[in-house]
Order: sequence, then C-alpha cells, then structure tokens
Amino acid sequence: MEIYDIIFYLFAAITLLSAFFVVTSRNIVHAAFYLLFTFFGVTGIYVLLGADFVAIVQLIVYVGGILILLIFGVMITNKITQVDIKTGTVHTLPAAIGVGLFTGIVGAVILNTEWRIVDSPMPVATLSTLGEMLLTEYVLIFELLGILLLVALIGAASMARK
Amino acid sequence: MQIPIEYYLILSAFMFSVGVVGVLTRRNAIVVFMCVELMLNSANLTLITYSSYLGDTVGQLFVFFVMAVAAAEAAVGLAIIIAIFRNKLTINIDEINILKW
Repeated sequence: MEIYDIIFYLFAAITLLSAFFVVTSRNIVHAAFYLLFTFFGVTGIYVLLGADFVAIVQLIVYVGGILILLIFGVMITNKITQVDIKTGTVHTLPAAIGVGLFTGIVGAVILNTEWRIVDSPMPVATLSTLGEMLLTEYVLIFELLGILLLVALIGAASMARK
Repeated sequence: MQIPIEYYLILSAFMFSVGVVGVLTRRNAIVVFMCVELMLNSANLTLITYSSYLGDTVGQLFVFFVMAVAAAEAAVGLAIIIAIFRNKLTINIDEINILKW
C-alpha cells in the first residue's frame, strides 16, 4: 500500500460518504455543506489524476460559484422562521430498485471491459496545453460558451426579477 | 499510475447512482438540483479519468466546457425555482403541477 493508494482511498471515501449524506440528510443546509465536501473530494481526485488546472477551476466554479448560489436559493425559498427547512422523500422503493439495476449493469460493463491504457509518464502541468487548444482548435466552442454564459446571466436576471 | 482505471470508473458510477437516487426521491427542488450537480461531477470525473489514462488532454478541455454549461444551468435553474416560489410559495416538486390538468 503506497501513499498514492492511501490518498486515493481517502478522497474516494470523502466523496462517496458526503455524496451519500447529501442525498439522505433531511436538512437542506446540511446537504449543501456535505456537497462542499463532495466537491473537495472530487478536486483531490482530479489532482491525483494529473489534472491540475481543472482541479482549480472545479474549486473556483463549484465551491465559489454554484454552491454559494444554491445556499442563496435555500435562503430565499425557505421560510427560515418556520421549521420548513426539512424535506421528505417520495418513491423510495422504485428508485432503489431501478438505480440498483443501473449500477449493477454499469459496474459489470466497467469490470468486464478490456481498457486500453497508455502508460503515461509523470503528469506534467496541463495549463499551457489547455490554453493553446482552447484558443486554436476549440476557439469556436470557447466563444459559444461565452455567449451561453451571457445569455444565461441575462435570462436568470430577468426571470428572477418581478 | 498504479491504481487500476476501474477504481476511478466505479467511484464515479457510484457517485452518479447516488445522484440519481437523490433526483428520484427528494421532494425539495434545491436538493434535486444538488443531486444534478453530483451527477455532472461524476461525469466530469469519468472524462478526467479517461483523459489521464489515455494521455490525451482533450478530455480535460471537455470537462472545462461541461463546467461552464453547469454554471449557466445552475443560474437559470435557481432563477426558475425562485420565480416558482414567488407564485406558489412552495418548491416541493410533488406540489407543483401547473403543467398538469
């Protein structure tokens, strides 16, 4: 058992446990905090896989952006003064059966496939490669994403306004 | 890279399944939203795994694109939830049936 394995198991355990608590905790604010730990765990695994830039972007976008947005949503849509912040569940049994089947099939496919693996050398910094690709080969998608974000911003502002 | 690729893939499959369970069973629209984020994260994890084990950086670029779309989706979805809350004073998805008649 090397240090590499220990780090992987640690982050995998953090990710899975907190993902489980996101779904099961009855308090929305607690679910949001568990989601924070899930994002941290996924970030650690990104670093382990040699994706340094994506890990930083994950932290900035998800923890700094989406999670704050979700907590603001909780703040606005729940009557904090009353005890309405807890929520229930519906359709538990059919969901459990369907998702169990799905997980079994996906797991069987993963375990029975012969994965073609290229022996990569030590991970190098990906920042310059990514930036170069983003501004040459994939520049159209990059620009379209900018337009999409602008449209989403305008749409969200006009929808949430009275 | 001593860890087999299957470990990462199974981790993300489990994460995706947990997200699906949340989307199917929770009543609060914001928790459903959080579970959608979980599913997006597990898809991103799969892309990064393939990118790393194949020695190709394009997978990381696609994760970048997915994150941008997820941010846009979160903003618009939260705006919709707030608009619904203003009209119906609830965001429990089993009480919102304005498209049903």
